Amino acid sequence: MGKMSVELDVFVGNTTIMDEEVYQFWLDGYTVADAVRVRMEGGVLQECEASAEVLHSDTMDQFRTFQMCERLLHCPSKLANQLLFQIPPHRQAMLIERYYAFDDAFVREVLGKKLSKGTKKDLDDVSAKTGITLKSCRRQFDNFKRVFKVVEELKGSLVENIQQHFLLSDKLARDYAAIVFFANNRFETGKRKLQYLSFQDFAFCAVQLINNWTVGAVDNMVEDMDVDLDKEFLQDLKDLKVLITDKDMLDQHKSLVCTALRGKTKVFNEMEANFKNLSRGLVNIAAKLMNAKDVRDFFIDLVEKFIEPCRSDRWTAGDIKLFLTHYTNSVHILDTFKHQVVWDRYMGVVKSCILKMYHD
Amino acid sequence: MPGKLKAKIVAGRHLPVMDRASDLTDAFVEVKFGNTTFKTDVYPKSLNPQWNSEWFKFEVDDEDLQDEPLQITVLDHDTYSANDAIGKVYIDIDPLLSSEAATVISGWFPIYDTIHGIRGEINVLVKVDLFNDLNRFRQSSCGVKFFCTTSIPRCYRAAMVHGFVEELVVNEDPEYQWIDRIRTPRASNEARQRLISLMSGELQRKIGLKVLEMGGNAVVGYLQCFDLEGESGLVVRAIGTACTLEKLSNSSAAAPPACNSPSKDIKESPLAHPPGHGCRSTHSSPVHTASGSRLSQNFSVSVPTLIFTGMRLHRHRSLGETGPEHRPQTVLPGRQCRPPFSEDPNPNTHSSGPSTPLKTQTYSFSPSKSYSRQSSSSDTDLSLTPKTASPPAGPRIFLCPSSPALSTEPPPNHSNSFQLSPGPGTAQRFTPLPLPLSGHQYPPGLRKSVSFSEDLLLAASGMGSGGSAGKEGGPLKTLLRQQTQSALEQRGASSSRIFVRTREFPFFTLTSFPPGFLIHVGGVVSARSVKLLDRIHNPALGNTRSYKLLDWNSFAADEPETRDAWWEEIRQEIKSHARALGCHAVVGYSESTSICEEVCILSASGTAAVLHPKFMQEGCLDGYSDPSRLSRQPATFSAGSEKGEFDIFPQSKDSSAALGLEEPSPPSCGFCHIPYDELNIPFPAHLTYCYHCRRQKVPDVLFTTIDMPAEAAVTGKGCLIQARLCRLKKKAQGEVNATAISNLLPFMEYELHTQLMNKLKLRGMNALFGLRIQISVGENMLVGLASATAVYLTALPTPGGIQIAGKTPSDITYEQHISNMQKKINDTIAKNKELYEVNPPEVIEEVIGSPIPEPRQRSRLFRSHSESSDEVSELDLSHGKKDAFVLEIDDTDAVEDIHSLLTDTPAPAGFYSCNTEIMPGIYNWTSGLQMFTSVRVFRLSNANLTNQGLNKIFNDLCENLLKSLYFKLRSMIPCCLCHLNFTVAVPEDELIQVAVTAVAMTFDKDQAQENWKLGADKTHMKAIVENEEQLQFPLELCTESPSTNPFSPCRGTGLQESANAHATPRAASVDYSSFADRWSSWIELIRLKAQTIRRGSIKTTSSLEKASPLPEGRSRSLRSTRSYAGSTVAVVKMTPLSFIPGTRIIKYLGIINMFFIRETTSLREEGGVSGFLHAFIAEVFAMVRAHVAALGGNAVVSYSMKECVFMENPNKNQAQCLINVSGDAVIFMRESELEATPAPPQTSCSGGEVTT
Repeated sequence: MGKMSVELDVFVGNTTIMDEEVYQFWLDGYTVADAVRVRMEGGVLQECEASAEVLHSDTMDQFRTFQMCERLLHCPSKLANQLLFQIPPHRQAMLIERYYAFDDAFVREVLGKKLSKGTKKDLDDVSAKTGITLKSCRRQFDNFKRVFKVVEELKGSLVENIQQHFLLSDKLARDYAAIVFFANNRFETGKRKLQYLSFQDFAFCAVQLINNWTVGAVDNMVEDMDVDLDKEFLQDLKDLKVLITDKDMLDQHKSLVCTALRGKTKVFNEMEANFKNLSRGLVNIAAKLMNAKDVRDFFIDLVEKFIEPCRSDRWTAGDIKLFLTHYTNSVHILDTFKHQVVWDRYMGVVKSCILKMYHD
Repeated sequence: MPGKLKAKIVAGRHLPVMDRASDLTDAFVEVKFGNTTFKTDVYPKSLNPQWNSEWFKFEVDDEDLQDEPLQITVLDHDTYSANDAIGKVYIDIDPLLSSEAATVISGWFPIYDTIHGIRGEINVLVKVDLFNDLNRFRQSSCGVKFFCTTSIPRCYRAAMVHGFVEELVVNEDPEYQWIDRIRTPRASNEARQRLISLMSGELQRKIGLKVLEMGGNAVVGYLQCFDLEGESGLVVRAIGTACTLEKLSNSSAAAPPACNSPSKDIKESPLAHPPGHGCRSTHSSPVHTASGSRLSQNFSVSVPTLIFTGMRLHRHRSLGETGPEHRPQTVLPGRQCRPPFSEDPNPNTHSSGPSTPLKTQTYSFSPSKSYSRQSSSSDTDLSLTPKTASPPAGPRIFLCPSSPALSTEPPPNHSNSFQLSPGPGTAQRFTPLPLPLSGHQYPPGLRKSVSFSEDLLLAASGMGSGGSAGKEGGPLKTLLRQQTQSALEQRGASSSRIFVRTREFPFFTLTSFPPGFLIHVGGVVSARSVKLLDRIHNPALGNTRSYKLLDWNSFAADEPETRDAWWEEIRQEIKSHARALGCHAVVGYSESTSICEEVCILSASGTAAVLHPKFMQEGCLDGYSDPSRLSRQPATFSAGSEKGEFDIFPQSKDSSAALGLEEPSPPSCGFCHIPYDELNIPFPAHLTYCYHCRRQKVPDVLFTTIDMPAEAAVTGKGCLIQARLCRLKKKAQGEVNATAISNLLPFMEYELHTQLMNKLKLRGMNALFGLRIQISVGENMLVGLASATAVYLTALPTPGGIQIAGKTPSDITYEQHISNMQKKINDTIAKNKELYEVNPPEVIEEVIGSPIPEPRQRSRLFRSHSESSDEVSELDLSHGKKDAFVLEIDDTDAVEDIHSLLTDTPAPAGFYSCNTEIMPGIYNWTSGLQMFTSVRVFRLSNANLTNQGLNKIFNDLCENLLKSLYFKLRSMIPCCLCHLNFTVAVPEDELIQVAVTAVAMTFDKDQAQENWKLGADKTHMKAIVENEEQLQFPLELCTESPSTNPFSPCRGTGLQESANAHATPRAASVDYSSFADRWSSWIELIRLKAQTIRRGSIKTTSSLEKASPLPEGRSRSLRSTRSYAGSTVAVVKMTPLSFIPGTRIIKYLGIINMFFIRETTSLREEGGVSGFLHAFIAEVFAMVRAHVAALGGNAVVSYSMKECVFMENPNKNQAQCLINVSGDAVIFMRESELEATPAPPQTSCSGGEVTT
C-alpha cells in the first residue's frame, strides 16, 4: 500500500445512499477516523467481508454527503424541493428528524439562555461538561437558534409553525416549541436548585404555559404569537393577591382546604401549619409575573416557595396532588373572590408544573 | 422558416443571494437561441422570483433547432455595475422535433454555473411548432429518433435494420484559443460547453441525414464521444445503427413481441438457417493471432495496426530475441492470415493482408494519409466491388509506387516518413467513388472540388464556428452555411454514393437482438492503432492563428478527413477480421480513443457474427444481402470478379446445406455454432459437436462483446471477470513515444487475453459476454483493463481445470510449490463451481456413437511452447485429461500471474456482478434499483515501480473498488451489480483514474433458487414485506411484479417449445409448467397489495395528474405521515440498462446527451478533490433528472458516463472536470399498473424484453 495513495474517492448514487448509523456518528461530531473505529468495533466488517480501507472510504463518502446535505437541512422544506440529491421522502424525514434531534444533556445547559453569540462562545465549556463533542454542540445550538429565528415573529401556533417550517415530528416540534419558548422568555433553568429537573420536565411545563398562558391559548382566532405570555393575563394575576392580603379570605381558604383533607393525608399537620406560607408563595409568584425578571424566576420560585417546603416535610406526590386540587377548588367557594377565571387559568398550569417538578 | 420555438420563463427558486446588503437578488432572465435574445423583466428583491413571462418566440430553421440548444441565462440586475450572471441552463430542443417524443418541455431546471455549480432552479416552458417542409435540399433531419439503447427500443418493432452510420465533426478547442488567455475561466468553460453542445447537435443532425438517405427513421445504439486533442482540436464523433422502427401502437399491440414475427419466420422459412452455413467458407482465416494459440479462436487481436505493423519487422526481431518461448504464440496480425488467403482464388481478399503493412505510414499526417487512404480505398474497393472496376491486384499495384519502401522499411527509415510535410500533392483525398480512378491521384487542384461533399461539410461546419475564434461565430457561420449549401447540392447528385458508402461497414452497435437475428457468433474482433495528433499537420498554426483564419477552408478540409481516414482504416481492419472468422457482420461494435499528449490510441472492437438477412435492408450486410440471390447465382462467386467480396460465404462446400437443406439450429445454442469452416481453420481450434443440439460444431470457448442472447441456454450463474494490466513505458515524445506504445500494445492484448482465459477457466466457465478491453495511455505507462461477464454456456464443452506445469522437474521444493499451487487452483475452481452453481450435466461423455470426434487435445500452452515438462508432453499426446489447461511456470511473471489469479476475491454472499445488461442465470428481478457512479484516482509514489509492482497496485485498486461497491450496497442484498462499466485513465504522470458506473438491482432469492412454488405463497408474502423494509423506495408496488422477469414470459411463450425440446435439464432453469400459475398468483398478490395500500394511502401526489405517470408519487404519500405538500420533485430513475425490471417503457422521449464543465479555484474550501467531484457528479445526475422530468419522463435508461476528465492543481487550489453523459429519457409504467388495463399479462412479453 505504501506505493500508492488514494487521491480521490467518491461514490454517488442516483438515490443518495445514507447509513443511519454513520449519520449518527456524523451528527455526533465524530471524526472519520473515530467513526471508522467505532464501526469496526460494531462488527460491520465481518458482516460484509470488507476491509478497514473499505470502511474508511464509505465513511468518508457519507460524511461528505451529509456535509453537502447540511445546507439543505438548515431549511428542511428545501430538502423536499431540491434537485441535487434524490432522497426518498421517508429518508428525508429521517435526515431532518435526526439532524434536529438534540441531547437532553446539552439542552439542559442552554435552556432558557439567550441564543446569542455569547452563549455560543461558551459551548466549549458545555462540551467539556457534557462530554458531547463541540461540533455536535454547535449544531444543536445553531438548530435552536435557527428555529427560534424563524418562528419568533410568526403568528399562530408555535408547534405548528415549527412543524411546518422544519418538517419535524410532533414530539420534536413540541420540544422545539419548549426550547423557543424558554429562550424567548429566558426562564432560568440553570440554578443549582433546578439541576434535578430534566429537559422533559421543563418541556412539559412549557407546553402548559404555551397552552394556557399565551394569547393564542385563550382565543384561537387571535392572530398572536405563542411565544409570548399573555400580558393582560399577567396583569390580572395581581388581582389574586387578595387571597393572601384579605385575612378573612385566607383563613376561610385554609379552613376549606383543611376540612377537605383531614384524614386523607399523612402530612395533614404539616400542611395545616404551612398553609399560609405555601399559599402566600404561590400567590406571590402570580402577582409578580408581570415583571419580566420574575417571569424568568418562575421555576426557581416554584421550587423555593413550594416544592422545597413540601419536600422537607416529606409530602408525597399524592399529597401534593391532593392539596393542590383542593387548594384550587376551594377558592371557587369563596364568595368574595371575583377572579375565578384568572385563578383557574393560573392554578391549572401551576398545579401541572408542580406535579411534574415534584420528584427527586 | 420551418419552425417556431417558444419559450416561457415562469419562476425561479432557491436563487443565491447576489446582493449582500439586502440578502436578496434582483433576478432577470435572458433567453437566447441562435443570435436572438429576449429578456424578462427584473423581479426585484427575491430569491424566489415569479417572472411569468410572455412567450418568447424564435422563428428558426429546423436545422438550427437541431444544432442549437436553447440558452437560458439567469442574471442579477445591477443598476450601477455590470449585471452578474447567476448561471445558465441549456435545453436541447431535439426531443421536441420528433412527433413521437416529447411535446413540451416544462419543469424546474437547475441553474448551473461552471464555477459555482448549481445555484437555484428555474421553471421553464418550451414548445416547438414545426411547419411541413418539403425542401428537397433538406439539411435537417428532424424526426429521426435517436436511442442510446443498444437493442431495439422496448415499444418499437424493427421493420428494417439499415446498418452502420458514423460521422465526426472537428473544431478548435476553445480552451486552446488565444482568446482563452484573456477571458475568465467561466467564459472559457461556457464557450466550450456551448461549442460541444453545438457540435453534438450538428453531428446528430448529420447522422440523421444519413439515416434518412438510407431510408431509416431512427438510430439505435447511438454512441457519441469526444476526443479532447488539446492543441490540435476537439473531435466529436458518433456511431450508431440506422433502423426503421415502427411504434407498437398501444399496449395491446405491444403484446406480440416486437420481434416475434421475425422469429416465427425463422422457423417457417427454409431460408432462415442457411445463412449460417452459407458463411462457412473454404477459407476462414483468423486474421492474425497466434498460430496455435486459442487466441485465434474467437479473439481477434488485431493488435498493432498502423504503426505497429510498420514496426513489425522490427518487432519481430525483438521478439525473437526475447526468447523462444514467446515466438510461437505471439500475435502477428496480417502475417498469419496470408496462407489461408493464398488458397483463395480471389486475390481481393488480400486486402486484409496488404492493408496492414500499408498502415505503417499512417503514423503521421498528410503524406502517410494519402497512403493510408489508398490502402483503405483498396479495401473499400473490395466491398464495393460490384461497382468498382478496379482490378483485383489493384491495391498492390498502386500502393507500391506510392510507398515503395515503406512496407519493408526498417524503423530508422521509417521514421523519416513521419516528417514528410503535408504537401498539397500528397495530401490527396480518397473518394470511395466507384470511379475507375480509385487509387489514382488527383491533381492537387482538383482536390476540393472533387472532394466528397460530406467530409468537406464536416470540415467546413466544424471549423466554421471555431474559425470565428469567438463565441458568436456569426459571420463565419453564415459562410459555413453557404458552404454547406453548395456542398449539399453536390451531394444531391452523389447520394447513391453515400448510400453505398454507409453500407460499407456491416457493423451494428447493437448488443442484443431480436430472436433469430443473430445466427452465429464468430468471436471478438478488435483493432487498435496508434496515431500522432497532428501538430505537424499545420505547422503554421503554432505561430499565427491568422493562418487558420485565412486559409481555414483548406485547413478544415484536411483535418476531419484525417480523422475519418483513421477510423476508416480501423473499421476496414475489423471488417477483414470478421471475414476471416467467416462472418459477414460485426455486432456489439464500439469505438474509443485514449489520448495522452500528442499520442492517440484508436480502438475498435466488436463481435464477428452472422446475422439473419431477413431483418436487414438489402446490402446492409457485407456481401450477404440475400441468400436467395446467392443461391441463384452461385457462379458469380467462382468467377470471383464482380462479386468478389462474397467470396467467403457462398462458395463454401456446404452452401447447399446452407441454403436450407438443414434444419435450423435451436435458438438456445445456434449462435454458438461456428460460422467458419472447421476443416480450414488455420489455427488449431478445438471444436466439438454442440453439447446442446449435437448437430453442429462449437468452439470450446466463446468470447463476445454483446449481451448474452436471451434465449441462450446457460448453466448456473455468470460472474464478472476482469483482466488488469499495467505496463511501464519510458517517457518520450512524438514518434518515439508512439513507437514505444505500439510495441507494447500487442503484448498487452496478449496478456489481457491470457488473464481472461485463465480467470474464465478458474471459474469453470466457457464463454465471455460484453467483453470490453480498454487500453489507456499515460506518459509513463499503459493501463489495460478488460471486463466481461463469464458464463457457462450449456452448448459449449465443459472447461477443464488448470494444470500447472513447472519448468524444471528436478527441484523438489519447487515441485512442492507447484503442487501446492495446483491444489489451491483446484480448490478455487471447485469453490467457484459451487458459488456460481455451475453443475453441468454429465451426460456428454456417455453418448455412444455420437459424431463427436475423439476428444482432441484441448489444452494449449498459453505461456510457452517449450515442452520440457513431462506433463506437457503427456498432454500433448491428447489422451486422458482432455480439458486440462496448462499454465507453465517458466518465469516469475507466471508465478505472479497465478498469484493474482488466486487473489481475485469473489463477491460477498448475496452479491453477483456482471458487465452485461443482466446476469445470466438470474431471472426474477425485483424493483430495487440503485444506479451509481464511483470514481477513484490513485497516486503512485515515484518509487521505482516494476511492472509487477504496478500490476499488483492496479489489481488491488480494482479489487478494492469492487469491495467498496459491495459494501456500499449491502443493504440491497440479494442483489446484482449489472452493467458494471469500468473506465481507466492515466490523467497524469503518476495518477491512475478508475471510474465505474453500474446499477445494483435486487432480485428474489427464493425464486433464484428455482424452488419457488405456489405453496410458498405465504413465505413469499413475508419476503415482500421484508424486502420493502430494505428498499430505498419502499412500497413500490410491483416489487414482485411478475414481469420483473423479462425472460420467463418469453420462455413461457414463444421460446418455450424449443427450450423444452432442447434444453438440458439443468440449463432450463425456469420451471415452465408452473409459470402460468405462478403468474396469476403474482397478480393476485399484487392486487392484494395494491388494495391495502390504496386504502391506507392518504392521498396521491399531484404529479400523478401530470402527463407522466409517476408511480413513486403514490409511495411517497404512503410512507410519510407528514405531508410534503411543497415537493414538486418527481422521482427519476436512472439505469445503464435498457429496461427497468417490473415496468414497461411506454414512451421514449428523446435522447439525453449532456456535457458539463466544472471548475473551481477554491478546491480546499469545496472539500478537496473528492468533495469537488462528488458535488459535480451529484449535480450532473440532478441536471439529467431535471431534464428528463421536464420532458415528462420518469426514468433514464441506457445511461452512461462517456467521459469524466478530471484535472487538478492542488498547489493552485484549482481543479477542473469535464463530464459527458447520455441516455434515453423514457416514461415507464409499473406492470402492476398496466395490468389494471385489460391487457393480459402475457402481453408484457414485449419484443424488447425478449432481446435482453
